[in-house]
Amino acid sequence: MSTELRARASEVGSPGADATAALLRELVAHLRKNRTQLREEWARRITESKLLTAMTREEIFAEATSVYDNYVEVLETGSVEALQAYARNLSERIIPRGVETHEVLGIVLLLRDVLARSLFKKYQADFGLLNSVLDAYEPAANRIANTVAVGFVQERERIIRQQQEAIRELSTPVLQVRDRLLILPIIGVIDPQRARQLTEQLLRGIRSNRAKVVVVDITGVPSVDATVANHLVQTVDASRLMGANVIVTGLSSEIAQTLVTIGVDLSKINAVGDLQGGIEEAERLLGYTVTTPEPKPSEKQS
Amino acid sequence: MSSNRAPRRDEPGVVEEPAIAISSSGDIVIARQRGRALAAGLGFSGSDLTLIATAISELARNIIEYATTGEVILGQAGKNGRPGIVIVARDEGPGIGDVAKALSAGYSTGQGLGLGLPGVRRLMDEFEIDSEPGHGTTVTVRKWLR
Amino acid sequence: MRVPILKQSQYVIASIQSALSDEDLLQLRDDLAQTVGRYRSRGVIVDVTVLDVMDSFAVRTLRAIAHMIRLRGAETVIVGIQPEVAFAMVQLGLTLEDVTTALDLEEGLAHLERQTAAGAAHVK
Repeated sequence: MSTELRARASEVGSPGADATAALLRELVAHLRKNRTQLREEWARRITESKLLTAMTREEIFAEATSVYDNYVEVLETGSVEALQAYARNLSERIIPRGVETHEVLGIVLLLRDVLARSLFKKYQADFGLLNSVLDAYEPAANRIANTVAVGFVQERERIIRQQQEAIRELSTPVLQVRDRLLILPIIGVIDPQRARQLTEQLLRGIRSNRAKVVVVDITGVPSVDATVANHLVQTVDASRLMGANVIVTGLSSEIAQTLVTIGVDLSKINAVGDLQGGIEEAERLLGYTVTTPEPKPSEKQS
Repeated sequence: MSSNRAPRRDEPGVVEEPAIAISSSGDIVIARQRGRALAAGLGFSGSDLTLIATAISELARNIIEYATTGEVILGQAGKNGRPGIVIVARDEGPGIGDVAKALSAGYSTGQGLGLGLPGVRRLMDEFEIDSEPGHGTTVTVRKWLR
Repeated sequence: MRVPILKQSQYVIASIQSALSDEDLLQLRDDLAQTVGRYRSRGVIVDVTVLDVMDSFAVRTLRAIAHMIRLRGAETVIVGIQPEVAFAMVQLGLTLEDVTTALDLEEGLAHLERQTAAGAAHVK
């Protein structure tokens, strides 16, 4: 087989697609044949480099086996989809275990190394052939390293985004203080993303609490830009669509000015001075008086 | 206004589904349900699914109202590792004379006139329109997973 | 898919069961006109809880329904707009400004009861 490869490789300056494929096939056969020994060497070097310290020897070996087999299979088939899927799956498993990006990259590069050295050893007698073998191996190996590393990083980023979202949710509580009455105190500077999350939480809160009145307190908000001001108005409108009345409290003259600037009709907004006043107004709207089955004429309000 | 070309089918990183023909109101429902399904598969949240379905509904509706027939092409794409949905609404209709005007905030679908394009733009992350009188209209919108 | 319309005392409830095509919405409008006329209903509730999208056509048609029903001397309440739908509507700039909305069927009926009682008291 090797003679044939040598012949093919030296036909043209560098191997054509056929020769590359044939070389890869032979590589793969070699890597499979020496699977056990190469895997062990890799696992050993992982431990030596103090990588994957969050995992036990057994776990490392188990993952090493899967990664190795996947690696060789990708070399053989050239199909990255299976590797991408495996990389995602692996990342989902090890990220919660505290495995870091540099560790994942490290072990993949170590494997590339271990396999390359093995190829060196096998083909070292024939420099020309060794070159061709490496020409075939290198791009494939690099693509694999890239795929695994990128997959890991993407998974991490996805988790970080999720965590950020969860933190934002925790820090913007919608409070139910009375039956059918919700209060949303907003504190600090709001960016559009937080504003959007506030709105979603409030609307969901209206549904689950069956709120009829919502008091949005912006006393603690120093200023808003046009985008966020727009968002406030949208929140009021959306709440109304769900049948809830919205009272805005703590509306500073500065924010009122911003609203006017973006063309909001302030008379559309039910604004009350402070939170306490807002709650009282809310209770009035909710009719917190004793209700009788038939309204007495003397109690009839307009 | 922005007159970028509609994405070529061979645009790298975009995986497309077969085009959905739009010629009746029933097609509007089909298009938005497929869009919702595709977006759900990509991992979009409940409220984003509604935004996407609503945007598709409006775009498909525009096709019927102004061009009678057209097509909606749904696809998935990736940007900086984040997956996203791409929606192309294309027709060979009369085209829009004053694109800038159609995109100005004054036009609102609520009035029953306007094209609702500013609204659709608010619902999505990216918005492109290519339209010329006599040459049809192509609107491309994208939304990325947060 | 025809929207089932139920009569409940002096009110009429249209309960939407699934996504509606344009024709279905227009059919609903006609059916409600007929029903309200036939039973001299005082109020109509349109329950859109199930709708996952309310686009410009749906909003226009609902407003047309409310208008038509008002002409027949009755009041309309749209109930059950979901949080995501409400959010999408305001982003799109769609309003139901002149149409009453309520959280759900229970709230919608309570509103109609109040309106009817107020009307009765006024007459007295």
